[in-house]
Amino acid sequence: MKRSLRLARVLLSVQYAYMLEYRAEIALWALSGLLPLIMLALWSGAGAAADLSLSPAELRRYFLAAFVVRQFTVVWVIHIFEEDALQGRLSPYLLQPLHPFWRYLAAHIAEQATRVPFVLAIVLAVWLLGAGASGWPPPSTWLLGLLVTILAFLLRFLLQSVITMACFWSERAAALERLLLIPYLFLSGLVAPLEAFPPGLRRLALATPFPSMVDFPARLLSGAEVDLLGGLFTMAAWTVLLLPLFLLLWRAGLRRYAAMGA
Amino acid sequence: MGRYLRSLGAFWSSSLAMELEYPLNALIELLSVLGNLAGSVVVLALFYGRGHGLGGWSWDEALVVLGIYTLLDGFTSTLLQPNLGAIVNHVRTGSLDFVLLKPIDSQFWLSARSFSPWGLPGVLAGLALIGLATRWAGASPALPTLLGAGLLLLCSALILYSLWFVLAATSIWFVKVWNATEVLRSTLVAGRFPVSAYPPALRTLFTLVLPVAFLTTVPAEAILGRATPPWVLASLGMALLSLTLSRALWRHALRYYTSASS
Repeated sequence: MKRSLRLARVLLSVQYAYMLEYRAEIALWALSGLLPLIMLALWSGAGAAADLSLSPAELRRYFLAAFVVRQFTVVWVIHIFEEDALQGRLSPYLLQPLHPFWRYLAAHIAEQATRVPFVLAIVLAVWLLGAGASGWPPPSTWLLGLLVTILAFLLRFLLQSVITMACFWSERAAALERLLLIPYLFLSGLVAPLEAFPPGLRRLALATPFPSMVDFPARLLSGAEVDLLGGLFTMAAWTVLLLPLFLLLWRAGLRRYAAMGA
Repeated sequence: MGRYLRSLGAFWSSSLAMELEYPLNALIELLSVLGNLAGSVVVLALFYGRGHGLGGWSWDEALVVLGIYTLLDGFTSTLLQPNLGAIVNHVRTGSLDFVLLKPIDSQFWLSARSFSPWGLPGVLAGLALIGLATRWAGASPALPTLLGAGLLLLCSALILYSLWFVLAATSIWFVKVWNATEVLRSTLVAGRFPVSAYPPALRTLFTLVLPVAFLTTVPAEAILGRATPPWVLASLGMALLSLTLSRALWRHALRYYTSASS
């Protein structure tokens, strides 16, 4: 236990120092997640909010929350793993008595910590621009929302890790991420609140893990009504399904790993 | 001139041979284009299904905009991403030295060295959608209109290229911007929708700062036969200006290039 804690601290502080070097880049990354705000502009311009039983203020809160959730659930493990596997950097990692994915997870968490000031600045700017008349939900609500955002990040990390295992079989597995991105983009609630979907499409979306990654935490964050236990249960169910799959593929993949490069 | 054409032939046939080693990627890209297109159409339908529309554009006209976006996205995957996305690596590893030593213009080499056939499904799907949606919208463009629209499309491709190149060229100063171009790609998503659908402030931003309007909306208006001289001239001017800027910036940047020896 003590060893794990120390390990976590060292990993996180090393990765944080590393990420700080990239802070200019991370500021740019933060800008690349502006999609929910662009969609907010479209939805409020289209005057469609009234049909959605959402007031303009609620709509604004929802998309702002979706923006925050998106910022803290960015996952790029497939790209870095593909590079590490192709260039042979994975080999020394495998010799260490630590699953390489802990290192990647630490890198992601450190990157999110670096992101905090930029995200706060953007949220504040939008809040001021959009006339913050609508008030912010009480602390208990958004603290819970942030907690669920972290869970959403872990779920997305897990899902992408499962896809990442294809790197053991193909040199260009990162292309698969482009496919994974499509349902994430359109079904998760990033481009439209799920209420806006026709019932059939909405049922389809809810049968995938994607709404758990944006819609559910964003609703919590924005103080909308949610089925908290149901949402958490869905996340847990997907984790129980994906985690063994990841471990299984990892073991099968390792047997194929040929240590290319160095 | 002949030398450049011959080089281009050699460049593209060699990268084609390399890319064809991964035939499965063709399938992935095809699925990704179709998935993205389907998702975008569904999002558009969410706006139009409730009778609100977007910025005064009819459903079919909005599809023309989407077609142009798909076309440009395919162009990005075919030429911009594989070439300009690699500049950062050349700067970081110092292999830009070898490029500069070649007896050929370095901007040309960096912009045209690779060719990825996987963007072509996007180009084809975009062209097909533009053609169909134009017919559905009831416009039957005559030859001069088509030529004019083609010219404007060329302008938007040049603007897009310059934007990418300028961002990629800044890597000479900020070595680690490998995702700066991703930011551009995700912000240009705004071009999926006619620019008049955005609130006035954003519309100005998308016209003057980030010329999304010139990329998709202006060519779409031209195909539909609604082009007005001021916009056409502005588009031509913007293309010329951004191309000159990209050239000037590259020359300027090269003076700061210090290679990566340490």
